[in-house]
Amino acid sequence: MHPAILDLMLEKLAPSCSEASISPRMLVLSVPATAVLDTARRLKTDFACDLFLDVTAVDWLGHTPRFEVVYHFYSTEHKIRVRVKTRVPESEPVVDSLLPLYGAAAFMERECHEMYGIVFRGNADLRPLLLYEGFEGHPLRKDYPKTREQPLVSYRK
Amino acid sequence: MDQRVETRLPNPIRPAFERGRRDDEVVVSIGPSHPATHGTIQLIVALDGEKVSRVDVHCGYLHRGFEKECEDHTWHNLIPYIDRLNYCSGLVNDFAYCETVETLMAIEITPRCRYLRTLLSEYSRIADHLTCVAASLMELGAMTAFLYLVMLRDYVYEHLADLTGARLTYTYGRIGGLARDLPEGWLDRLDWILGQYDTFVGRIHGLLDRNRIFIDRMRDVGVLTTAEAIDYGFTGPMLRSTGAALDLRKDTPYLAYAELDFEVPVGIKGDNYDRYYVRMREMDESVHMIRQLVDLLPEGPISVDDRRCTLPDKRLVYTEIESLINHFKLIMEGPLVPAGEAYVAHEAPNGELGFYAVSTGGGSPYKLHVRSPSFVHMGGTHRLLEGYQLADIVPTFGSVNMIGGECDR
Repeated sequence: MHPAILDLMLEKLAPSCSEASISPRMLVLSVPATAVLDTARRLKTDFACDLFLDVTAVDWLGHTPRFEVVYHFYSTEHKIRVRVKTRVPESEPVVDSLLPLYGAAAFMERECHEMYGIVFRGNADLRPLLLYEGFEGHPLRKDYPKTREQPLVSYRK
Repeated sequence: MDQRVETRLPNPIRPAFERGRRDDEVVVSIGPSHPATHGTIQLIVALDGEKVSRVDVHCGYLHRGFEKECEDHTWHNLIPYIDRLNYCSGLVNDFAYCETVETLMAIEITPRCRYLRTLLSEYSRIADHLTCVAASLMELGAMTAFLYLVMLRDYVYEHLADLTGARLTYTYGRIGGLARDLPEGWLDRLDWILGQYDTFVGRIHGLLDRNRIFIDRMRDVGVLTTAEAIDYGFTGPMLRSTGAALDLRKDTPYLAYAELDFEVPVGIKGDNYDRYYVRMREMDESVHMIRQLVDLLPEGPISVDDRRCTLPDKRLVYTEIESLINHFKLIMEGPLVPAGEAYVAHEAPNGELGFYAVSTGGGSPYKLHVRSPSFVHMGGTHRLLEGYQLADIVPTFGSVNMIGGECDR
């Protein structure tokens, strides 16, 4: 069983998505990278998805397009979650920033940027956050070796 | 000349600003300090006299590549690691993670496990809030209140050690169940501890609630409106202190919360005092829930009888080949989780703790992402600090309850 609002949202949003489905209490939408900001805006204004929970990426190494950027939203009014997914290629891993809609996007996009190298167009502050200045590469990409070390200060002999 | 002066270490951060908005503002770097002293965090602060005019928050000093490491271990082997996210309430992390994997495997846990997980989540919430309130009070110089609360917290920790074998890092959750059942007399001791809780928390209220010094430091400091809190993705006591009664235990009930009677305490104006009070009231509600759960707790097995995830009984492993192989496969390959993705969120003491797991059908996750409340809260903390005094950073930051383990991952 899922809340009726999910059916309504599915009906309204499905035409502009390449894929849409409902898993329990969660609406899952796949959209083109260019439509992320628009979809988020509609979710926020039409369906009260006011809490931006999370953005992360999945690296499907060997597939094209390589990266899947995954967003989670929550509606404090309807108590439901929405997952928005979009694929971006390795050569141009760019999506629009959600900063105009959600203040929370600033920090979360910074993390996603340093970990996966996804560029959020419109987020001017993509400095390293959990990593340090000058860190090379994007550690959560599948082709970043886990054992690689980049000490900022050389080890004590 | 001393040579060490010449070799300057590289700066790991790039501050958002080098100077303040005006010429007479001073830019100061605060922290990072030791993790045990409330927050391994660095604040770059522009000061106009004593007033904080601009803040740039830098976290990451406890980053240990958690998500990368997760992709390299079996689903089961991650549990000790999951504990170390929010190390003040490791059990909540365990249960949220286990439920994520159980969702992917379509496993329904046993009733006793469901109630026990609920009970232990609430018990952990008490320990977490006690730590948070105690530490913030100590930073304000309230030593008696600190000692009362930490004494209670240590009753809880030692009591949990009787059950799990560890004070903080319990490794007690299992996919499809729990590590072991309650030892003899555990519930009697629980009852005694809750009695102690009532006594000493009553004294805390007496010491602080109407204390002039305390109110001056906490009231109208670090104020946040509901709209701002939601914009910055705040959840948990941070959001509820602004007056919004949003709690996943009520709104999207999981575990056994739908069967419990409890209230969602909210604040009035979202300042430090409200955050203190919301946490105190939440502990009362947790105690109320635990007392109900003790009465509701059913008998029965604590783990599901499912060979895909539950380890066979040790006696059988030593005596029959099927169980031996089952044990071997589960340890060496890990539980084979069907391909798919799941996002499961629990109401952790700090807010919404979500796990987003992607499986490709193997014994370890293809991806595991943690939506940790502390990390999200750090994204909006500058709003709580700007415009107040330098000395207000201490109580405000304490009331945010940033936990480095889950923030930096």
